[in-house]
Amino acid sequence: MAKITLKDLSHSYLKTQSSNADWAVRDVNIDWNDGGAYALLGPSGCGKTTLLNIISGLINPTKGDILFDDKMVSNLNPVERNIAQIFQFPVIYDTMTVYDNLAFPLRNREIEEEKIKLKVHEIAEMLELSSTLNNRASGLTADGKQKISLGRGLVRSDVNAIMFDEPLTVIDPHLKWILRSKLKELHQKINRTMIYVTHDQTEALTFADQVVVMHEGQIVQTGTPVDLFEKPKHTFVGYFIGSPGMNLLPCEFKGGEVILNGKKIETHKKVKSNSFSKTEVGVRPEFINFSSEGIPVKVLSVSNTGRHKIVDTQSESGKIKMIIKPNEDIPSGSAFLNFKKEYTYAYGDNWIVE
Amino acid sequence: MNKTINQKAWFFVIPVFVLVAFNAIIPLMTVVNYAFQETFGNNVFMWEGTRWFKQIMLSERFHASLGRQFLFTFIILFIQIPLGIAIALTMPKEGIGVPVCLVLMSMPLLIPWNVVGAMWNIFALPDIGFLGHSLNALGFDYNFTQQIGDAWFTTILMDVWHWTSLVVLLSYAGLQSIQPAYYQAAEIDGASRWAVFTKIELPKMKKVLTIAILLRFMDSFMIYTEPFVLTGGGPGNATAFLSIDLVKMALGQFDLGPAAAMSLIYFFIVLLVCWVFYTLMMRNEGNQ
Repeated sequence: MAKITLKDLSHSYLKTQSSNADWAVRDVNIDWNDGGAYALLGPSGCGKTTLLNIISGLINPTKGDILFDDKMVSNLNPVERNIAQIFQFPVIYDTMTVYDNLAFPLRNREIEEEKIKLKVHEIAEMLELSSTLNNRASGLTADGKQKISLGRGLVRSDVNAIMFDEPLTVIDPHLKWILRSKLKELHQKINRTMIYVTHDQTEALTFADQVVVMHEGQIVQTGTPVDLFEKPKHTFVGYFIGSPGMNLLPCEFKGGEVILNGKKIETHKKVKSNSFSKTEVGVRPEFINFSSEGIPVKVLSVSNTGRHKIVDTQSESGKIKMIIKPNEDIPSGSAFLNFKKEYTYAYGDNWIVE
Repeated sequence: MNKTINQKAWFFVIPVFVLVAFNAIIPLMTVVNYAFQETFGNNVFMWEGTRWFKQIMLSERFHASLGRQFLFTFIILFIQIPLGIAIALTMPKEGIGVPVCLVLMSMPLLIPWNVVGAMWNIFALPDIGFLGHSLNALGFDYNFTQQIGDAWFTTILMDVWHWTSLVVLLSYAGLQSIQPAYYQAAEIDGASRWAVFTKIELPKMKKVLTIAILLRFMDSFMIYTEPFVLTGGGPGNATAFLSIDLVKMALGQFDLGPAAAMSLIYFFIVLLVCWVFYTLMMRNEGNQ
């Protein structure tokens, strides 16, 4: 049980680094509060797994410190850090029974057989493995094996955190849902810090209280699912989360205002700085509506998903997608769009400008 | 799934059948022919029934060479398998060291058997060979042409030198195929190095090790050229293993009947041991 702090953390798999791209993880500063349910979200290859392995101690970071409850642990090995980690593909000990597999982490720590028995039965009950406890683990199906992997992560009740590295990749979709709810339930029950790595936004948003979004080795935003949706701090969060993602249009910043194609756009705050190489205005499709004046567009196509309609339009600065209610009328041909001021943000070099 | 029944399929088996017949069954039948009959040449044969088999089974000479053979095979397996695994474990897993180690390891395997025998013969000669001379200079009374213990020591050392690489390469391949996640999970689970070896590495190497043991059993049980060139079966009959004894009987004494019977017994022993071993090793694999 501990608060986990990562301070100025960077890691590279190369011996020398010449550019940002050589770093797998760079300049990470984050606190994982004790008992939180976190999701670490990002596309494949963004450094999620590296970050996880650094926390558990499987990898020594090139730079920076790791602290548990303000105590330095950078030089401790995984056993000393007392972290549980579950991997993407099921890892089982082939020659052992399911029971022995679950008991293995406890036996390695020389806990009394009596206590082990209680704990293993409790975990097996929870994961519905009780009936197979005496079978050889190698005979189980992929999801049975992954349950064992999960179980080995959960049997130790004193761990500082439990980390999941895309643990449901090999599981059938219907079982995925069940196991995910189980994990959520478990989190409420044992109240331990859980970090769940995934590239699937649905998985992240349903599991976690706090979502940490990674992009090219950096943490671009940490927040609740609602924060990420309503106020993306980085353009990557804008288009990675949401379906369809945020509209980003090239624009100019002039005198504290956002100018899109010669027209002033109202954003949630005035723009401060001017010195960016790339300036964009972003607004989610949910926060756009048709209006009698505003940004002139041509309506290109409409697709109906049942719950809402997605409208593709073409403006002078690029395509704009919008989501409207299924019963709303759509003007044909030319139309004007209005962006909701409080959800319209200016981005300079991909970061929000306020 | 229902299988289609079509007897014409047998037609496609014919080429393989003919091939196997010519390279295995027909030569074997010739041996069978000699094993049950007596011949004085000129293609004249007399039926002898199981006489040669009884003679071989009761012969002390056969018992002795079979005993030597089992002892030799057991010793080299006992050395080569653990040694091979140990070397494979210490080999680098990535980088420039990998090809260097692999090439060095493969070298002994590429040398022809009789060259190995000749090499070791010269290497071990007590007066001029590097090994023999050094041992004597160090105060050991070493002479593999005269002393039984020295002859066995040299033969075993030669076989270990020649064939441990095979076990190393197979074990290394088995080790390389283990996903890194297994080692990471073991680290998280707090497993000791010994537990990683017995619970992860050995089970994952089971299949390649089965192959390695089978290959080393068969090859060492049928060993001929190397000890023949090194010691010629001597001193006396001390290193006359089954093959050497068999050739002596067949070509030296021209006892074709008993030699043929011995060949068949020899063949069945190899077959039986391999079958029993393989069945035992694989009996739990069915549920995977």
